[in-house]
Amino acid sequence: MHITDILVTGEPIIYGAMVSMVLVGIALLFLLTYFKKWGWLWREWLTTVDHKKIGVMYILSALLMLFRGGVDAMMMRVQLAFPDLGFLNSQHYNEIFTTHGTIMIIFMAMPFLIGLMNIIVPLQIGARDFAFPYLNALSFWSFFFGMALFNISFVIGGAPDAGWTSYTPLSGAAMSPGPGQNFYLMGLQLSGIGTLATGINLMVTILKMRAPGMKLFHMPIFTWSTLVTSFIIVFAFPILTVALALLTLDRIFGSQFFTLTGEGMPMMWANLFWMWGHPEVYIVILPAFGIFSEVIATFAKKRLFGYNVMVWSMIVIALLSFLVWVHHFFTMGAGAFVNSIFSISTMLIAVPTGVKIFNWLATLYKSKIEFTVPMMWSLAFIPSFILGGVTGVMLGMAAADYQFHNSYFLIAHFHYVLIAGTVFACFAGLTFWYPKMFGHKMNERIGKWAFWLFFFGFHVCFFPQYFLGLDGMPRRLFITNVAEWLPLNVISTVGAFGMGLGFMVFVYNVYYSFRYSERETTGDSWNGNGRTLEWATTTPVPYYNFATVPYVDEIDPYLRMKEEGKTTYEESELKPIHMPSYTAQPILFMALLGLASFGLVFEWMYVAIFGLIGGVIMMIVRSFDYDDGYYVPVDEIKRTEKKARGL
Amino acid sequence: MASSNKRVPTNHVIGFVLSLAMTLVAAWAAIGSDLPVSWVIIGIMILALLQAGVQLFMFMHVTEASSGNGHVPWNMMFHGFALAGIIVAGSLFTMSFGFDHDGHGGGGGDHQQHEEQQDHSGH
Ligand code: HEM
Ligand SMILES: [Cu+2]
Repeated sequence: MHITDILVTGEPIIYGAMVSMVLVGIALLFLLTYFKKWGWLWREWLTTVDHKKIGVMYILSALLMLFRGGVDAMMMRVQLAFPDLGFLNSQHYNEIFTTHGTIMIIFMAMPFLIGLMNIIVPLQIGARDFAFPYLNALSFWSFFFGMALFNISFVIGGAPDAGWTSYTPLSGAAMSPGPGQNFYLMGLQLSGIGTLATGINLMVTILKMRAPGMKLFHMPIFTWSTLVTSFIIVFAFPILTVALALLTLDRIFGSQFFTLTGEGMPMMWANLFWMWGHPEVYIVILPAFGIFSEVIATFAKKRLFGYNVMVWSMIVIALLSFLVWVHHFFTMGAGAFVNSIFSISTMLIAVPTGVKIFNWLATLYKSKIEFTVPMMWSLAFIPSFILGGVTGVMLGMAAADYQFHNSYFLIAHFHYVLIAGTVFACFAGLTFWYPKMFGHKMNERIGKWAFWLFFFGFHVCFFPQYFLGLDGMPRRLFITNVAEWLPLNVISTVGAFGMGLGFMVFVYNVYYSFRYSERETTGDSWNGNGRTLEWATTTPVPYYNFATVPYVDEIDPYLRMKEEGKTTYEESELKPIHMPSYTAQPILFMALLGLASFGLVFEWMYVAIFGLIGGVIMMIVRSFDYDDGYYVPVDEIKRTEKKARGL
Repeated sequence: MASSNKRVPTNHVIGFVLSLAMTLVAAWAAIGSDLPVSWVIIGIMILALLQAGVQLFMFMHVTEASSGNGHVPWNMMFHGFALAGIIVAGSLFTMSFGFDHDGHGGGGGDHQQHEEQQDHSGH
């Protein structure tokens, strides 16, 4: 096969993308070589097992994916506002909404949150790294290569085009021949390994590595949300893994699980997909709830109202999230009894969610709010998310859902929960913990510009879509020149560009703050309002996090530490610190599996087998690897701490 | 961690080889053997149980009550079984409508489908 056979040809937009990708690639290679940064990149980043650096890499990748998914979104919005322009053809439109959805959920929302968890959770519980640092690096690289594989699909081989839900029989070999759908399967499978491993890793870290004295009900709320999320991950992701594997067998090896012929059951895919898919939406919302809780408590300068209730409502949400999946296919025809059961369970889930809303409001009640950028994202979240939740309950009524299903009403619902929930939380969390990660804050003035643009853009974009849905506009449709729909579609597109602008201002702020922001001198960056242990570390955080781990027996331990003048550097208690060594194994291992996946996408079995054998060899290498890490001597700890604390 | 001295993890190697062997036998039973279907199914079930046993005893420390957390694996296994119950019972509950496997879908379309399928797997 010749290389030109697998390149996607004939689309000016894609040629443009190819050229710009090549140019950016060349520019990067040039910069790295010119500034002699290759060794630095390899030693400090590509082989790292430090949870903070891995977290930063997750977040950078997620921002990149937010950009890619955002460009997809803009293109769809242009097409919908000006349907007569012929900007996109039907096939191209299908590919774009598929990659947009998949990228935003799997390669943007989850890695963004996992990145924040990576950096913050060990700091919040007084741990020096993850329980399994090697595995953590492995997770990142599996996500990274999965993401890379999925993203090249539009220039090599052709992008998947059966929606992010990839429903069979449409996504089966008979109706979607060619590599496109395989990119979806292998990209998700590969990155799924990482997600599952991260779930286990975080669970063990939180259960086993908390500071002395810290009971589960002393943990910061973001750590709690992470723990609950990792349970959902561990129980939900295997379902996706199996479903993807079965569909892969169908497509590549001719089995008949989801086909129309050979006694396959196409609807079983929908069933399995949503058994994972609904828990998945809670995987991306619970950590967001955790972030908002931290931010709101910090800037309302009050203890979070109803901490125990907050925790229990998350646990109840997690349990219920496994019992509602059928609400995504009420219209499949399962009958009134089945639908009624799942209608009720769906509405039940709104109860603990409502409880959380009231707790946030009660935390804010009579408090002296400080309007920082993270706080503004969090305050904007509450009313916006309620709109999404209420429409969710409307969709949850099976009889009504026959009208709403797969219309723009649904689209508006899930963007209200996913953007006002998850994306606002990502921005809030990143701005909030930014000084911990990079040693300086993001500029507040520019940050507010980004916030207002994005906030208004968001509502202008998605509020009209509820009404488009009620007017009968279906999702995933590329010809929309129905006179009744046009005005609202144009308004919606204007809003979308507002959000795009907001994102650009946000990214500009990263650059601006890097150049001009004041450098942090203390670890407690937000006017000394920090409540939890991450603020007790110095900025920048030393690679071993805590010179000495404080004893903790309450939530908000740092408040009392400040009163009592305690720090994470008690000179009399210093001991050598055991740290894991950096290793190149994770990146090599996952690169090999990435190669295997690439082979499977094109059904080039020799490539696949070669990559898989490489993977097995890497596992053997790991099994006989007896590197137990190293000890940081007390002298070095003293030197580092004295410098960071200006002693 | 600190106590792991440099030796071959015999238990793990045996467990690994055993689980590979059982997987291969199961694959052979389904693809390569001429056994009656019910035998194949029963055989695979038994292999699955053995496989789970290998995992639990050779890799997953179920027997290590000494760690003081002997209840953790059982706890997780309970949840695992609960979830498996939800998946199986839930799927039967929601999916058991209109499927009698008598091939009353599609007629002519069905046939065409079949041909495309073969074309695809042919290359
Ligand atoms: C009060 C809580 C919620 C309820 C009652 C609810 C209910 C529903 C229902 C019934 C549907 C299916 C509608 C249809 O297909 O016709 C749906 C779709 C969806 N929901 Fe929610 N939801 C809630 C919260 C959330 C949250 C928190 C998220 C994510 C952060 C979310 C994300 C989604 C997504 C992504 C879809 C559409 C998936 C697709 O078809 O592509 N929902 N929701
Ligand atoms: Cu759902």
